[in-house]
Amino acid sequence: MIIALPVIQLMVLPLAADFEIKNINIAVVDHDHSALSRSLREKIVASGYFRLTVFGDSYPDAFKAMERNKADIILEIPNDFEKDLARDGGQDLFLAMNAINGTKASVGGSYLGRIIADFNQQYRKNLMIQSNSESSSIISINPINWYNLFLNYKIFMVPGILVVMVTMIGAYMCALNIVKEKEVGTIEQINVTPIKKHHFILGKLIPFWVIGMFVFTIGLFLVARIVYGIVPLGSIGLLYAFLALYLVAVLGIGLIISTYSNTQQQAMSLAFFFMMIFLLMSGLFTSIDSMPEWAKWIARLNPVTYFIEVMRMVVMKGSEFKDIKMHFAVTAVFAVVFNAWAILNYRKTS
Amino acid sequence: MENEVVIKTENLTKAFGDFIAANAITFDVYKGEIFGFLGANGAGKTTAMRMLCGLSTPTSGKANIAGFDIWTQTEEIKKHIGYMSQKFSLYEDLTVRENIRFFGGIYGLKGKEIRQKGDAIIKKLGLENEAKKLVKSLPLGWKQKLAFSIAIFHEPKIVFLDEPTGGVDPVTRRQFWDLIYEASERGITVFVTTHYMDEAEYCNRISMMVDGVIKALDSPKKLKENYGVETMDEVFYELARGAQRKAD
Amino acid sequence: MKQFIAFFTKEFLHVFRDRKTLLLLFGLPVVQIVLFGFALSNEIKNSKIVIFDYAKDATSRKIIEKLEVSKSFEIEKNITRVEDIDKSFRAENIKLAIVFPANFGEDLVHLKNASVQIIADASDPNTANTLTSYATNVIMSYQKEMMQTRNIPYSINTEMRMLYNPELKGTTNFVPGVMALVMLLICVLMTSVSIVREKENGTMEVLLVSPFNPFLVVISKAIPYLILSLFNLIVILVLSVYLLDMPINGNIFLLFAESALLILAALSLGLLISTLTNSQQEAMLFSLMGMLLPTMMLTGFMFPLENMPVPLQVISNIVPSKWYYIIVKSIMIKGLGFSAIWKETLILAGMTALLLTISIRKFNIRLE
Repeated sequence: MIIALPVIQLMVLPLAADFEIKNINIAVVDHDHSALSRSLREKIVASGYFRLTVFGDSYPDAFKAMERNKADIILEIPNDFEKDLARDGGQDLFLAMNAINGTKASVGGSYLGRIIADFNQQYRKNLMIQSNSESSSIISINPINWYNLFLNYKIFMVPGILVVMVTMIGAYMCALNIVKEKEVGTIEQINVTPIKKHHFILGKLIPFWVIGMFVFTIGLFLVARIVYGIVPLGSIGLLYAFLALYLVAVLGIGLIISTYSNTQQQAMSLAFFFMMIFLLMSGLFTSIDSMPEWAKWIARLNPVTYFIEVMRMVVMKGSEFKDIKMHFAVTAVFAVVFNAWAILNYRKTS
Repeated sequence: MENEVVIKTENLTKAFGDFIAANAITFDVYKGEIFGFLGANGAGKTTAMRMLCGLSTPTSGKANIAGFDIWTQTEEIKKHIGYMSQKFSLYEDLTVRENIRFFGGIYGLKGKEIRQKGDAIIKKLGLENEAKKLVKSLPLGWKQKLAFSIAIFHEPKIVFLDEPTGGVDPVTRRQFWDLIYEASERGITVFVTTHYMDEAEYCNRISMMVDGVIKALDSPKKLKENYGVETMDEVFYELARGAQRKAD
Repeated sequence: MKQFIAFFTKEFLHVFRDRKTLLLLFGLPVVQIVLFGFALSNEIKNSKIVIFDYAKDATSRKIIEKLEVSKSFEIEKNITRVEDIDKSFRAENIKLAIVFPANFGEDLVHLKNASVQIIADASDPNTANTLTSYATNVIMSYQKEMMQTRNIPYSINTEMRMLYNPELKGTTNFVPGVMALVMLLICVLMTSVSIVREKENGTMEVLLVSPFNPFLVVISKAIPYLILSLFNLIVILVLSVYLLDMPINGNIFLLFAESALLILAALSLGLLISTLTNSQQEAMLFSLMGMLLPTMMLTGFMFPLENMPVPLQVISNIVPSKWYYIIVKSIMIKGLGFSAIWKETLILAGMTALLLTISIRKFNIRLE
């Protein structure tokens, strides 16, 4: 089960991780009922980003739909929209968005804004086709997406989730295992045998180190390559070198947790606490750049951050050792500090 | 010794797949008796005892505990038996008094009764100073004596003891048996499994289990006479020599 | 009833005697709600970009000025050669490069068309996409200004209103999510070991031999945690309102009642795990490794559920925190009443009943 749980999650969860905003539910309140308002509606639906879920001429109804999560955006087309536009040369449309998720609201809003602007331009062209050809100058923008041409989110998430899985197994299983011996009392028995303490600790760590390596290998070759077709651009040897070092640091965390807890429940609560922080503060889901300064420091003190970065850099961009030598250095420091801390604390308590 | 039968089994059998842990066990236990259940590790003692306590459903056979049928009236049985397992089974993170209160409570005793009887137990065991301490901090011998006192707290008809004295010194063991005698004098039937042969001598009657079958059942004295030996140890070797099963 | 009181007292003692766990139980949600409330957001700002200006004319300079004042960007000046873009991407020095070709301004005036090249490090697709659209917006707004000098007929203007969260704060979205996550996971974790611990310590045998009601045992295990979690909820709400500026627009008692329901669902799930496993280690493996990531991702506050493949959307329906997240948003932010969330409430209640029934059924009163 130690192996199966992470592998299954690695296979399924990247499918869930997609920030791309699409399928936005839109409610159109059309007071105009004109040919123009209909063609605007059709254009919005045809864009593929929006799903027309509510259509009518009552704003309260549309608002109710938003309260029920049936609509993310309400577009209100005023009475005599077509007539007034032709007569006065200008008309307002009203947009209301559910902004609880700010990003989704602003992205959705700008999509819709672009569609309307486009629609506007076409409309204008049709009207002015016979008049002057003096159209305005246009700056065209050519975006290129390097390393990930189609902005495929899975390529981005799989390496990150793999790191989380390896970390969980390392820190958490290791902590629990040692605490269990404490709880059951076998650790006392070991303490009276002539086994040196560091031998005992090493003996405990090595199996988990091997398991970590094994899970990573399955994840990288079986899941990432076969299921998602992700082939690292950079050196696989470099990834393994980093993993080997990283696992030492992670097992150190497990050791620290085990020295501070007396029961499995305590170890688990501690591990849970740190896993949550490690996960959410690692840049796995949300960009570290967007965090406030103090939170960036926490992210920098989080070993998971470094491995996720290394994975993404090496796998997606083919970064080389010289690009990630800082990551190596910091992780080495983590490895030394965590293990030294654990061993010192272990001595003190027993 | 009255002749009222409190445990009666007939061909009680428990099989785990092909493995027959307890094979057609048949015996009677009388009220107030101290009934020893002996056997090597893996002979089927614990399996047999668990069936009698309702912890495990028999594969076949009949049994009647304290006047209730093992197949249909397990809940009734539970009200009239006490149980103490190998792991002495108290809550380590609760105090002596809290343990007493809890176990008194689950057998439905009244608050006042629990308090009075609890005080009596604490006094008898000499735990006055430890009453508010966590059970974790007590020495093993005391824990076991306390566990036994709690197992008979609700005055059950029968108390089942599963290797109750593992790991304690002979003096404490002697004290433990004093508690058992006392309970038996009050009319509580004591059903005890053990593999200490000196303890077997304390029992009124003992049964010897080998490979899931009861090979002998009698008083210690009679058994020694029958096998023509001096000690229970020798009786045990005589019987266990033919065992096929490896100890676990 | 007497049995119940005995069990209940005992469970409370277990919980309160373990000071370390208790401290974690209270400290954890507080730290996490504050930390994540402040730190998490999908918003992207201060991203390092590089600009190559081969035009060096008035137009390009004006656009660059606009880019410079934007909060989203921090302009890196040390990279001078276009050939270095790849190297800088790989070393994570910059996220985006904008290139103005030579003759940019001239082309715009004479050919009425000039192009700007935007190169994004799309190894992080979200950042790439967002930054590209930020840069596009800046350039477009310049173009608009340019055209504003002339009056354009027949223009459709849009008036936008951001409902519920006019400042587009990340906390509005994340706090309800983190609340759901923290409460669910803590309750599951705590109860998942409660029954299996008795199995491991051997006290279960003694309980099984006693005339107890399995229903009472299971229920009394849940109650101390229910009370503790409600306490936690108060702390979380106080922090969210006073520290994170979250509104509570709806009825606070309704919010409490719904939270109690989530807690019950979580506790029932924990109990189920506990009855089905044989060791604490196994139980924790299930509840921590098996649940942490899926609940995080399938609650809906990280990634929009409607974007997921249909099977995952179906799976997300069994995640209790998903429903709770919808409920919390409706009550706290939208200020809606029970009539708007009765469906979600019903689902949570159904889950709780189902989980509890299975765990009591599965609670083995025999040792085999």
